[in-house]
Amino acid sequence: MSTFIQSPFGQKIQKLSSLHFVIGCLLISTLYATVCNLAFTEGSFLHVSDYTISLFGKYLCYALLALAVDLVWGYCGILSLGHGAFFALGGYAMGMYLMRQIGDRGVYGNPDLPDFMVFLNWSEMPWYWAGSDNILWMVAMVFIGPGLLAYVFGNLAFRSRVSGVYLSIMTQAVTYALMLAFFRNEMGFGGNNGLTDFKEIFGLSLQNPSTKLVLFVATSVALCIGYIISHYIVSSKMGRVVTAIRDAESRTRFVGFKTEHYKVWIFVVSAMLAGVAGALYVPQVGIINPGEFSPLNSIEMVIWVAIGGRGTLYGAIIGAVLVSYAKTRFTAIMPEAWLFALGGLFVLSTLLLPKGIAGMLPASWAKGSEKENDGIEPSDNYENKRSESNNISNPAEAK
Amino acid sequence: MRLLSKLLSTLLPIFAVCLLSFGSFANTPTESQDQLTELMTQLPTTKLKQMPALITAIAETKAPEVRSIFTTLMNGDLYYVKSGKTIVKAQKNLSKNYDVSNILTGESLGEMKKNKIKKIRTNNALRGKMRGLLAQIDLTDANEDIRLQAVKQLLDKPNTASITALATLVNTEKDEDVKELMHVALSVNSLKTGMITEQLGAIENLKGSLEPSVRNMMIKKLDDLTQQLAQQGTVKTADQAALAKALTLAIDKIDERRNIFEIIENLFFGLSLGSVFLLAAIGLTITFGVMGVINMAHGEMMMLGAYTTYVIQQAFPGLIEYSLLMAIPAAFLVSGLVGVLIERGVIRHLKGRPLETLLATFGISLILQQLVRTIFSPLNRQVSSPEWMSGSLEINPVFALTYNRLYIIIFSLMVFFALMLILKKTSLGLHVRAVSQDRDMARALSIKSNWVDAITFGLGSGIAGVAGVVLSQLTNVGPNLGQAYIIDSFLVVVFGGVGNLWGTLVAAMSLGTINKFLEPLTGSVLANIIVLVGLVLFIQKRPKGLFPQKGRSAD
Amino acid sequence: MKFKKLLIASSIVASSLITNIASAADTIKVGVLHSLSGTMAISETTLKDTVLMMIEEQNAKGGLLGKKLEPVVVDPASNWPLFAEKTRELLAKEKVDVIFGCWTSVSRKSALPVLEELNGLLFYPVQYEGEESSKNVFYTGAAPNQQAIPAVDYLMNDIGATRWVLAGTDYVYPRTTNKVLKAYLKAKGVKDEDIMINYTPFGHSDWQGIVAEIKKFGSAGKKTAVVSTVNGDANIPFYKELGNQGISAEDIPVIAFSVGEEELSGFDTKPLVGHLAAWNYFQSVETEENEEFIANWKKFIGDDKRVTNDPMEATYIGFKMWAKAVEKVGTTDVNAVEQALIGVAVPNLTGGIAVMNANHHLSKPVLIGEIQEDGQFEVVWETADTVIGDAWSDFLESSKNLISDWTAPVSCGNFDVKTAKCSGQNF
Repeated sequence: MSTFIQSPFGQKIQKLSSLHFVIGCLLISTLYATVCNLAFTEGSFLHVSDYTISLFGKYLCYALLALAVDLVWGYCGILSLGHGAFFALGGYAMGMYLMRQIGDRGVYGNPDLPDFMVFLNWSEMPWYWAGSDNILWMVAMVFIGPGLLAYVFGNLAFRSRVSGVYLSIMTQAVTYALMLAFFRNEMGFGGNNGLTDFKEIFGLSLQNPSTKLVLFVATSVALCIGYIISHYIVSSKMGRVVTAIRDAESRTRFVGFKTEHYKVWIFVVSAMLAGVAGALYVPQVGIINPGEFSPLNSIEMVIWVAIGGRGTLYGAIIGAVLVSYAKTRFTAIMPEAWLFALGGLFVLSTLLLPKGIAGMLPASWAKGSEKENDGIEPSDNYENKRSESNNISNPAEAK
Repeated sequence: MRLLSKLLSTLLPIFAVCLLSFGSFANTPTESQDQLTELMTQLPTTKLKQMPALITAIAETKAPEVRSIFTTLMNGDLYYVKSGKTIVKAQKNLSKNYDVSNILTGESLGEMKKNKIKKIRTNNALRGKMRGLLAQIDLTDANEDIRLQAVKQLLDKPNTASITALATLVNTEKDEDVKELMHVALSVNSLKTGMITEQLGAIENLKGSLEPSVRNMMIKKLDDLTQQLAQQGTVKTADQAALAKALTLAIDKIDERRNIFEIIENLFFGLSLGSVFLLAAIGLTITFGVMGVINMAHGEMMMLGAYTTYVIQQAFPGLIEYSLLMAIPAAFLVSGLVGVLIERGVIRHLKGRPLETLLATFGISLILQQLVRTIFSPLNRQVSSPEWMSGSLEINPVFALTYNRLYIIIFSLMVFFALMLILKKTSLGLHVRAVSQDRDMARALSIKSNWVDAITFGLGSGIAGVAGVVLSQLTNVGPNLGQAYIIDSFLVVVFGGVGNLWGTLVAAMSLGTINKFLEPLTGSVLANIIVLVGLVLFIQKRPKGLFPQKGRSAD
Repeated sequence: MKFKKLLIASSIVASSLITNIASAADTIKVGVLHSLSGTMAISETTLKDTVLMMIEEQNAKGGLLGKKLEPVVVDPASNWPLFAEKTRELLAKEKVDVIFGCWTSVSRKSALPVLEELNGLLFYPVQYEGEESSKNVFYTGAAPNQQAIPAVDYLMNDIGATRWVLAGTDYVYPRTTNKVLKAYLKAKGVKDEDIMINYTPFGHSDWQGIVAEIKKFGSAGKKTAVVSTVNGDANIPFYKELGNQGISAEDIPVIAFSVGEEELSGFDTKPLVGHLAAWNYFQSVETEENEEFIANWKKFIGDDKRVTNDPMEATYIGFKMWAKAVEKVGTTDVNAVEQALIGVAVPNLTGGIAVMNANHHLSKPVLIGEIQEDGQFEVVWETADTVIGDAWSDFLESSKNLISDWTAPVSCGNFDVKTAKCSGQNF
């Protein structure tokens, strides 16, 4: 292996292999779960239950979401405490589509209007629901909804150079405002109860275990695609600029890059990834409601990435799956004390594992991740600035 | 059929009472005393439906004890002893038993257990009735405040007997306020029943009155007048025209004054909401500004402060009136201590990684929440308000300041200026400011920045604890208390400019006021959203808040 | 070194995976799906304890069908999608025979698709907005006609209220209830200008402005009453503000549908005396069953100051009904139990008999109580007879033609009596 590293060609191979390894792992475990779910009957030691499938389907959505958070935080230093908003918007787009698929099978049997609108005595669908029964519309909205929000917010914020804590709190304010707005019945998204009672997706009954399996596989594939995209973004030239922005934004700007363009761009891509995760999440859990906008959820997402190891794409995935799994287990094993365990996990992992779980991996892995990182340790943009500006010997930053 | 029996059951006691009160024309003291004693024996056995009649009968004895009987009954302190059926006043004492005394004689019957006595039941209708009856008795009370309340009561629910009484009493009334209110009541009555000239005179008298019943009566008169004219189908007479004009003018005048007070009221509401924001956010500003640390457990520090108040009240059940004063330093110490522990135990090891601190403190907040849930149960805890914190200071009939809000505004400003003093005038403050401006330089000048960090964090947390004491007076004391305020606190800090105390003050007060002025227009949900969106847009204009921190560390 | 850490971590994960293998099936498993953390823990923890108490009592009597009952407690953490996940866990992994759980409507809506998919059985013990009837859910709390309508009747006839404030938290239950009430009030001749509707967000804590508005609205010379559907946490600040602004129950009575003994136990009720609440149960009602229940509860929880409330009674009735139905059919099979439950009668704690109707809702009496200084309620009014819970409100345009009947030949949760069609069912 060491001989490969010497030559540029070898480096290329090794970089690819780290990508291949992650994708391979994902696909193999998906295949394994699928086969074991279908081939072995219940009771067999190798059987993977429908419950596990649906659970991991959900985890993989979280993993894709974590990937999105990592992209902006780990690689661009934008700590977004509002990625839940993009996730939820994607989810709502899917939810609207699923709502329309119910047709006249709703509780009031109205062929045109979703139940909650009948209940609110609305006689016709609001304009923004137009086209929501179309698959293409739904797919477009999954991208456009979160993307547009990210574009508008990013343009405003990054142009006026809102950064650091200010930016984090602003993203939090956005998701909080959206949560309050979606709670309102007048918004036309089902208020507090949100959208639920879905019957089928693309003609497949959502109650059918095989549909769950299909969704699980689809999520896994989406995660792979998301991973590949992210990987290419961070190792492309653009990705390098983005990393440079993370490490020293002013210097990058002085060199001549329009940093805000890069930031908006990566923010939008990340938001769209989160939107896709949300869209895949909704049919699997069967409900989308304003609770998904809750600022606490967004903080949790950041924690997945931190625990997994930010600045490494696979770290985000590991973090999301592991923390979610821990939550599932803890809430069942020790329902009265699981918060101690989870809280303790957060505290200890930040204290003892500064680079997250990815930092614990064997050295060859760490090398791979460093390649992805361009060999620079991830650090926070504004914190960096603080120490830089405190450091008089740095002429570039002294005013 | 049911209706009939209901009617009978209400009518029968009235007959009984009529018979009883038949002889009460010549009321000598002993006679009324005897009647009262007789009526009182009926209290334990009378059903709620028959109670109004019995109460009226008791009032009509005009015995001097009636007042204390009614107030005791209204406060829910009137009991009877199960053996012997003596009517007593009973109040819970500190040992959870009841101090019992005979209501008629005042003689103390010592301490009794709860199962020895039984409460005499009342309900809303009965309490309302008693208040009305009391008002008539109270018109001649020696205390002018009681008289004032009595007139007020009669103003809202007038009856012919009380108006006649008022008309005679007004001439002998000494107290100016009471006299004025009596005039208002009489004018309202003449507006209601008088001739047109009398009505015009009454309107003149009532022009500036803010009493709601005055405005109601005027509006009713005006409505009646228009209806009358519509029915008559004729042109209005000069008198009617004059009356209508006078009424419209008077109503307009009243509305104008009401609107002014409404604005002042909203301002007060806004400032009081702002002062809560200020208390919640100010501790955060310091830790944020000095250490660059986002403390997600800040809300839980407030929660600890609120629970400290609860514990203090449990520990000193006899000192509820002083419990808040004791809780303030205690909460400061408890939360401050926990803050120092967190700093020493966790945050110190995360120097230079502020975002990791965010995660670690989030973990801590989860642990703290679960901790109080385990220790104090997930249910809300009961924190009582001392007497001096409840009720309101009535400026005029449409404008009153609630005492608790008033004290909170004052208190939050006191905390603010105390903190300002500490930072500006003490050596600790000097060190804190030095570290926040340039950590390395400060260290080079032999300031122990580690020590300053710990103290700062303790100070910020301690103030959060004090905020918790205040919140315990306004809202639930439960494990989720902190979370409800954390987002608002962050927004206030960011809006004001990180690390700037004045900025926090201005930000908190303006956010509170904007919120309260929007609320009547848009409803509170939309008001919240508008404020949030406005804030996000504002930060685009001024990325470092209202008052950006100056100096080297500013960029 | 690092690798070692990783090994340890992964072995922990692996070992917890292995423990998934189910235990032996000689017990009847009872799932408890109540939030023990997060915002709803305040209300729901009590219900978890109630179920545990009922299970303990049943086991002391020898269990059911000769088997012991085994509780399976999970924590959905006030997180709505987690309710769906946990329902699946209880049904698919733990294979429970029945679930007692949920508080908020949205949590029930979240669990519902899973219940229907895996054919589970849920007892839902909280008053709610109606407009739902599922084969797999039994609603033991009050429907709007078992709480709101009688309450308004009382205020109108006994208190003489002519002007109304409908204040609520902005979500489905208050919206529905207020809609039903508004239609009802207008049918009774109340004018639009005499109805004020106000919504606040969840956990609203600054009530100054709204209370001032209510005060102003109530000073127009007509008897005004407030019908409050304000939810949970927001109530205490609301009541505190009422007390401080001097609004007494004699001037403007407030009747609440979500404030019970437990909500008041965290609060000094002196300024609230006389304000009202409408429920199907009050702790203060003196019956033998109730006294026994209260005594058992205090003993179970080990705290003499703990109170009981309406959702606890609903849990109690639900549990008793389920146990009765299981004994009747001799199996815990969901389909058999579901059919057997209809018509099961269990004594109320407040006297009388609760019957499970064909629409999966209960017949219960409605009580109205006034708040006392000790945080208890004094019953001032009650319905002469039990009221049948109505899943579909007759006062709403959308649902007035719908009925629910889970017995043959209809066997449908939302049967349109006009078109004779059954819509929205998966069966």
